[in-house]
Amino acid sequence: MTIVLPGERAPARHVNLKLGPGLFQNSNASTSTGRAAPSIFATRAGTLNHSSNGSKWWIESNARRYVPAAQESVIGVVVQKQGEGFRLDIGTAHSANLDGLAFEGATKRNKPNLKVGSLIYGRISLAHKDMEPELECFDAQSRKSEGFGELKGGFLVRCSLRLCRQLLDPKYFLLPLLGSLFPLEIAVGLNGRVWISSQDAKRTIAIAQAIEAADPDAQGMDEDGIRTLLEDLGRK
Amino acid sequence: MRPPSPSIPEKEFLFSALKQGLRLDGREFFETRPVTLTFGPELGWVECSLGQTRVLAQVDAKMIKPPPERPFEGVISIHSEISPMASSEFELGRPSEEEVTITRMLDKVIRRSDVVDKESLCILAGQRVWHLRLNVHCLSDSGNLLDCACLAGIVALKHFRRPDVEVIGEEVTVHHPTSRAPIPLSLHHNLYCFTFAFFSDTSIHPVLDPNHLEQRLNGGLISIALNAHRELCVVQKSGGVPLEPADVLRIVNVAVQKAKDLDVIVESRLREDWEGRKVEVR
Repeated sequence: MTIVLPGERAPARHVNLKLGPGLFQNSNASTSTGRAAPSIFATRAGTLNHSSNGSKWWIESNARRYVPAAQESVIGVVVQKQGEGFRLDIGTAHSANLDGLAFEGATKRNKPNLKVGSLIYGRISLAHKDMEPELECFDAQSRKSEGFGELKGGFLVRCSLRLCRQLLDPKYFLLPLLGSLFPLEIAVGLNGRVWISSQDAKRTIAIAQAIEAADPDAQGMDEDGIRTLLEDLGRK
Repeated sequence: MRPPSPSIPEKEFLFSALKQGLRLDGREFFETRPVTLTFGPELGWVECSLGQTRVLAQVDAKMIKPPPERPFEGVISIHSEISPMASSEFELGRPSEEEVTITRMLDKVIRRSDVVDKESLCILAGQRVWHLRLNVHCLSDSGNLLDCACLAGIVALKHFRRPDVEVIGEEVTVHHPTSRAPIPLSLHHNLYCFTFAFFSDTSIHPVLDPNHLEQRLNGGLISIALNAHRELCVVQKSGGVPLEPADVLRIVNVAVQKAKDLDVIVESRLREDWEGRKVEVR
C-alpha cells in the first residue's frame, strides 16, 4: 500500500488495464511516446490500491464533497421541477438533472409526481466534467426500478464519502450488527447520504447515531464502541 | 447556489420525533451538547466546540491614540468571519441573514454589554489606550453557531493577558512578557449566550442548543445572554412564532441554571490551562 499525492505517477501497467477513482491516463503523453509508456497519474491524495493480478487500480481516500462518477447510486433532493424533468441536489458543485421519463414504466401520460423536497434514490447515468450530471431511476440492464425511485418516510443521515463506501462493503461490521438487533431499511448513496427507515423513531435515531459515530471524520468508533453506544441508547 | 431546505422526509421525521419527546442526537430538550475548550500556545487563542460546531477566537492588543470624544476609554473591535469553510450554506461577500444576526449579537454580547472595563484599558489619558481586536473564525457549523461564537469570544477575552506597562510622566514603557508577568483584562462579568428554538407546531417543546436540522426548521429562536448571577443582558427573538410571557420566563430560568453550570466548566478549564503554563518570574 503506497500513499500518492495528486500529480504523482502511478506504476500501473497491465495489458487490460482498468483505472478506478482517482487515477487518470494522460493521453497526450502516451501518443507522443507510443504505446510503450502510458503515463498514469493520480488526481487525488490517498492510498494506491490494485487487484491481485494488477489489472484494476484505484485510489482510496476520504472526502466530504462528492464528485459525480457514472453508474454510482446517489441520494438527491428535488430542488426544482423543470419542464419534463427535475433538478436534484446531490451534494455536487452543480445540480443534477433527472428526466421525468427515467423511471420504471414511466410514459408521457404516467409520470411520477415528485414534490420539491422529495428524496430520490437514483443512479448517475452521465457524469462528464463539462456537463451537469444526469440521473436515472432504473437498473441499466433490466430496466426495472430495483429499489431506485422516491424514498418515502424514514430519515436522511449525512456522512463522509469513505464511510458510505464502507457501508456497501459486505465485510464491514456496522450494517450486519444493526440488522442483527432489529429490522431496518437502508439506502446508501455514494454522495455521503444514507437514507434509513425502521419501525419507530427511536430505532431510526439509534441507527443515525451509530452511523455518525462510526464515521471516520467524527469519532470513528469500532464495533465494540458502537455496541456499547447502542446499549446505552436502548436503556434510555 | 444555496443548498435547498431540508427534504420532506427529514422535516417530517424531525417533527414526529420531537412530538414523541425524542431529539435526533439523543439529548433532552433542555440539554446542550458537550462544550470543549482548547487553548492555543498564545494567550487569548481559544478553540471552542459545541458538539460538531467549532469556532476559533483570538484576541490581540495594540496601542492607539484614543478618539477625541472618549479620551479615557480603550477600544474593542470584533471581526467575525463566517466563510464557506464553516458550511456550504455560507457564501463569501453575500452575508446571509444568520451571518448578520451572529455579527450583531456578538457585538451586543461582547462589546455593548460592557463585559470589558474599557477605562482599565487607558494608559495615558488622551494619548495612549489599548485597542483590543477580537477575531472570531467559524470553522464548522453544525447548528447554534451563535452560542459557540459568543462563548469562544468571552473565553478568549478571559484567557488573554496584556503586557504590563509603566507610565512615568509622559513616558510609557511596555514590559515584555518575559520580564514582567502580563496582566489579565478586567472583566465585569462572564456573559453566556443560550439559544432556544421554537417550532411553529406549538405542541412541540422548545429545544435548547438547536442542532443543524433543528436550526433550519425552527419557527422562532430566542437568544438569551446572561451571567451566572441572574443578570440578564440581551434577549433577542427572531422568527414569527408567538410566545406566552410565561414561556419566556420559563426558559430564562433554564438559562440561569445553564449559565451557572457553564461558568464552572469555563473557570475550571481556564485554571487548568493557566496552571499548565509555567510562567517563571525571576
